[in-house]
Amino acid sequence: MAAIEIRLPVARKPVVQSLAQGSDKHLVAPGDTITTDTGYMRGHGTYMGDEKLVASVAGAVERVNKLICVKALKTRYNGEVGDIVVGRVTEVQQKRWKVETNARLDSVLLLSSMNLPGGELRRRSAEDELAMRDYLHEGDLISAEVQAVFSDGAVSLHTRSLKYGKLGQGVLVQVSPSLVKRQKTHFHDLPCGASVILGNNGFIWIYPTPEQKDEEAGGFVTNLKPVSLHDREVISRLRNCILALVAQKLMLYDTSIVYCYEASLPHQIKDLLKPEVMQEIVLETRQRLLELEG
Amino acid sequence: MASVVLSEAEKVYIVHGIQEDLRVDGRGCEDYRCIEVETDVVSNTSGSARVKLGHTDILVGVKAEMGTPKLENPNEGYLEFFVDCSANATPEFEGRGGEELATEIVNTLYRIFSNESTIDVKSLCINPREHCWVLYVDVLLLECGGNLFDAISIAVKAALFNTRIPKVRVLEDEEGSKEIELSDDPFDCIRLNVDNVPCIITLSKIGCRHVVDATLQEEACSLASLLLSVTSRGTLTCMKKLGNGSLDPESIFEMMETGKRVGKTLHTSLQKILDKEESLGTTRQKVGFLG
Repeated sequence: MAAIEIRLPVARKPVVQSLAQGSDKHLVAPGDTITTDTGYMRGHGTYMGDEKLVASVAGAVERVNKLICVKALKTRYNGEVGDIVVGRVTEVQQKRWKVETNARLDSVLLLSSMNLPGGELRRRSAEDELAMRDYLHEGDLISAEVQAVFSDGAVSLHTRSLKYGKLGQGVLVQVSPSLVKRQKTHFHDLPCGASVILGNNGFIWIYPTPEQKDEEAGGFVTNLKPVSLHDREVISRLRNCILALVAQKLMLYDTSIVYCYEASLPHQIKDLLKPEVMQEIVLETRQRLLELEG
Repeated sequence: MASVVLSEAEKVYIVHGIQEDLRVDGRGCEDYRCIEVETDVVSNTSGSARVKLGHTDILVGVKAEMGTPKLENPNEGYLEFFVDCSANATPEFEGRGGEELATEIVNTLYRIFSNESTIDVKSLCINPREHCWVLYVDVLLLECGGNLFDAISIAVKAALFNTRIPKVRVLEDEEGSKEIELSDDPFDCIRLNVDNVPCIITLSKIGCRHVVDATLQEEACSLASLLLSVTSRGTLTCMKKLGNGSLDPESIFEMMETGKRVGKTLHTSLQKILDKEESLGTTRQKVGFLG
């Protein structure tokens, strides 16, 4: 019988500056002056006020030649063509599904952008429209790619490849989109025994690695067989590691997750929820990442 | 109640995990998430407490005011509860959306505290039939992360422990009119004995097993839950069933045993931390809301 731990709150300490890698970032809050030099072009997150450039979001200033923009630390997902996202279906409409992707507007998945089971290529008929709910209904999780961005900022998704589609058993972790590093591939099969999809919108899907790739299924047949205890432990540990990395504001990519997993092995899975253990393993991860770079 | 939507496969994953005593975050079926308790956070109340249980955040303030005793109990003071589901917690609580949940919580709290051994209400009486202390307990839901009732009961107990009621003396004139005199010393006050105040333990039935301290995702997978109010000695004072599903009488007995066991542990940990906070006194660094 484990004792229930109750503790007094501790004031948060700022992250030790010596471990912050590389150049000093110019951090601004909304309303801060970035520069009074008028020769710069203003990008996202800034506005012109009183002859000076002012930040409109809280984040780090980025400068590319003459363009100044502020990259926000915590924001809604802003879609870009080619991004991989993980989303949850919220509505089934006439010829499309509305998918929630942590953006300002619900994303849209058109029926014509969806793979039919078996990988057939044909024109979508009225029967397909009526059978939409059989493919995806409210609450289902899907992985998709951004096809286009509408003028109002809404994102149009497609699942026109066999690696996208409805997701099966696993765990979803929701983090801020700015913490997911942009990489060549977002589907990773980690060496510890689970697979992870790092959605650009901040939705991270952890699932047990499938034994063999089902080519014919195309992502529609959900496997509801019980997952083994060993796989579950790996998935729970990964989930807690990701939450630890997020709490300490470290960028999420496959290497950082794997290092954090290895640093967490000496601890029990439920101990990883404690703040001091989180700090310890993230410190170790940070040091290993610095060694890797330098 | 705030809830999340889950896909079928996610629910199946959670249910199977609980069968094997491994929840999504690695806890066992009888483990609580880390709880943070801080008292004396609101300066203009007689007592206050803030409890953080995972993503659930509750603030309780107790105000002691002078009032007239109720007609049925002329020698006792009483407690009044009020719950505010803030729209900060979830957009569903906007406007009057949170009223249903608030009424449910208030009714549960009244039921638990209606038992005369919970709080010594006779000590709240100043003049029988004329003056008594009324304790207005206000509960504010700041964030909803599952397991609301447990967190609320812990916060109410901590706030009552922290409550300081000023000492008053009743002076009688020659004509017989009574005057109430407040003590000059602001630190001269009476404290409440919260040893018998129970805590609520919510047991959610998921699959064939039951879990303590369910997160929002686990609550979405459970069809029925049992709300038990347990005192520090392990006595069950109140029981309530929530949810649409049905419960087998045998599983109810099992859940009651688990609830008593977990309740006793929760009370010892809570009392320990409250005593520790008290002993730190003024040296304690107040964290509050901007820590």
